[in-house]
Amino acid sequence: MNTLLAILFYLATLLFVVGLAHRIRIYAVTPAPLKIPTTPAPTTQAGVVFRMTREVVFFESLFKANLWTWGLGWLFHASLALVLLRHLRYFTEPVWAWVAFIQPFGLYAGITMLLGLCGLWARRLLVERIRYISTPSDHLMLLLLIVIAASGLLMQFVSHTDVIAVKGFFQGLMQFSIQPLPADAILALHLLSVAVLLVIFPFSKLLHAPGVFFSPTRNQTDNPREKRHLSAWAAKMESEN
Amino acid sequence: MADYTAPAYRVIPIIPALKPGAMEGKGPFVSSDKINEALGFPGHLVDDWHDKAIAKMGELLGKYRSLRVFLDACVHCGACSDKCHYFIGTQDPKNMPVARQDLLRSVYRRYFTLPGKLFPKLVGARDLTREVLDEWHNYYHQCSECRRCSVFCPYGIDTAEITMAAREILDSIGYSQKYAIEIIGKVHRIGNNLGLPGPALIDTLEGLEEDVKEATGIDVRFPIDVKGAEVLLITPSADFFAEPHIDSLIGYAKVFHATGTSWTLSSMSSEAGNFGMFIGNYDQLRKIALRIREAALELGVKRIVVGECGHAWRVAYSFWNTLSGVGDGSDPTDRFAQMLQKQLDHRYKQPTHICEFTWDMIEDERLTFDKSLNDKHIITFHDSCNVARGSRMGDFAGGQFEIPRNIIKAVANHYVEMDPRTTREQTFCCGGGGGLLTDDLMELRVKGALPRMEVLQQVVDEHGVNFMATICAICKAQFTKVMPIYGFDRRMVGGVHQLVSNAIVLGKNN
Repeated sequence: MNTLLAILFYLATLLFVVGLAHRIRIYAVTPAPLKIPTTPAPTTQAGVVFRMTREVVFFESLFKANLWTWGLGWLFHASLALVLLRHLRYFTEPVWAWVAFIQPFGLYAGITMLLGLCGLWARRLLVERIRYISTPSDHLMLLLLIVIAASGLLMQFVSHTDVIAVKGFFQGLMQFSIQPLPADAILALHLLSVAVLLVIFPFSKLLHAPGVFFSPTRNQTDNPREKRHLSAWAAKMESEN
Repeated sequence: MADYTAPAYRVIPIIPALKPGAMEGKGPFVSSDKINEALGFPGHLVDDWHDKAIAKMGELLGKYRSLRVFLDACVHCGACSDKCHYFIGTQDPKNMPVARQDLLRSVYRRYFTLPGKLFPKLVGARDLTREVLDEWHNYYHQCSECRRCSVFCPYGIDTAEITMAAREILDSIGYSQKYAIEIIGKVHRIGNNLGLPGPALIDTLEGLEEDVKEATGIDVRFPIDVKGAEVLLITPSADFFAEPHIDSLIGYAKVFHATGTSWTLSSMSSEAGNFGMFIGNYDQLRKIALRIREAALELGVKRIVVGECGHAWRVAYSFWNTLSGVGDGSDPTDRFAQMLQKQLDHRYKQPTHICEFTWDMIEDERLTFDKSLNDKHIITFHDSCNVARGSRMGDFAGGQFEIPRNIIKAVANHYVEMDPRTTREQTFCCGGGGGLLTDDLMELRVKGALPRMEVLQQVVDEHGVNFMATICAICKAQFTKVMPIYGFDRRMVGGVHQLVSNAIVLGKNN
């Protein structure tokens, strides 16, 4: 069982890293031939960094769009960030001080993450417009995240697992040695779901995470009159004349 | 015209229930072999349209980062779902921006992504069939590329970019829209969208000089093809003869006259509009923009000023420097751009919007107004989508909102704002932008205007507003046609420079 899980995690991580790097490379090398920031837009590079920060940290545009979606979405993402940081303790020895400090917060974040996800799913099911645009994969994605969050919480609050052994397993993986893992169904479900999430990440709508940084309407400086912007394929048209 | 009735007003803000299939149909007229072929497109739908369309999509994915990222990044959160004026007006769910994007995204997933190839049903991927193609033609001509959805999307996904890509694919397989293609043909053949030939233009301008002389007693000139003039004015051709556009043209001329600015129009390049943007075709966009470069070089002007036109200003402000070198800051080794940029006077922004020009003159106290001459008007301002969300004026973000309002307040006493959820960056499109200002889309235009009409009615009821100023030729044309259907006087809509023209005091500084 733990050999199988170990192999699975190696493969999933490989797919995640290679797949994501490949995708990001495509975004980076594809030219943006025209200046298309959604205006009013920052007129300086520093302004763009500020705009992008507001977008990524506070979901500024979503806030303007719909308070419910913003509230639930932000709750989920902020909780997820805390939960992920909390999990660093399984990969570091000794555990960094700030990671130790956030442990209790990360715990509550697990609960708020689950709440956020359930709220988002309720929206997807109950609001006519959102239901109309939802594909089966949209529902399954939420289900997968709910399984991950719920199984994690179960191990914390209901059926404890041997976290020392779990840590040993992942420390081992990082040094390419396979250590024993507790034979625990909930743990297996938790880890399996995370591996699935890693695998589908580079092929699915989860690409919104790297994608937002490459969005020309958000990352371009509004200075077209001051500086000539020319992509390679457009420049070629000029030399042909 | 009598066939169209105005939909009923509703309580604002509005999130309408879905009416699936409400706007199903054939879409706009398909263009003929002759006009297609003149632009280098196939005359009619090619036999191998399926393979050609997929190949074109692949080509565009490699050329436009926007398309590539936007097709991947959408999470179906629904933030945009109630933001499109065509959705609010028609209730057709396929007019929700996300659903409109999905018409193309579903095909992208099927042919360009692994999950779409393996599990199409699961991820909402579908084969490109004739039905899908027809659906594209219909629904991608129910988008005015106004970018309102892009304001609200957490990833900045701009449906306009998707619509442009879809239209470009359709054009490349011979399934294009008659109206837009016909107009682009006219620009190349004659020099402007309306097909107004040089002699007719000169005639019209002479007539205008006589009219203004009669009305004011002053010789305001409308010069054309004057070599060595300081300013080249590029304005939408509707300004030359359509009502109320022409009143703004008179306004520009009076401002130039009162400030002693030497200016000229160009008969070769008598069009600010650029429908190349609407069909998403870089090549056409560029070819049309190059006419302005050519005129500027030929006439030796120092400044290029653009008249009241929404998408034209987006193209001029955001794209001209890229396309034709009208602007500043080109590389010293960039001979193409340097050739023109050396000629232009960089104490001024290149290009300059006519509102920037006028506002600078007002700030310099070089214009005098009798505001009481506009007292019969209680004015509100409709921000035009392409100006609001695709361009800027002045030196600071948001100048495109402040400068036209400042001008109105400088020339008139009564000014009222509409609901802030529908102005500035959140403004609604007039319902006729993006290449949809054609009679074969009249039902869509009437319904698409509904969101604006609803908020206009509010300020009419509460403040007695009787004039809606705007700085876009398409807005002016769309509203004069659609507003009577909603029970408004068509003369309620007009340009900012129409108000300038009403109040300007001539003959003082001269």
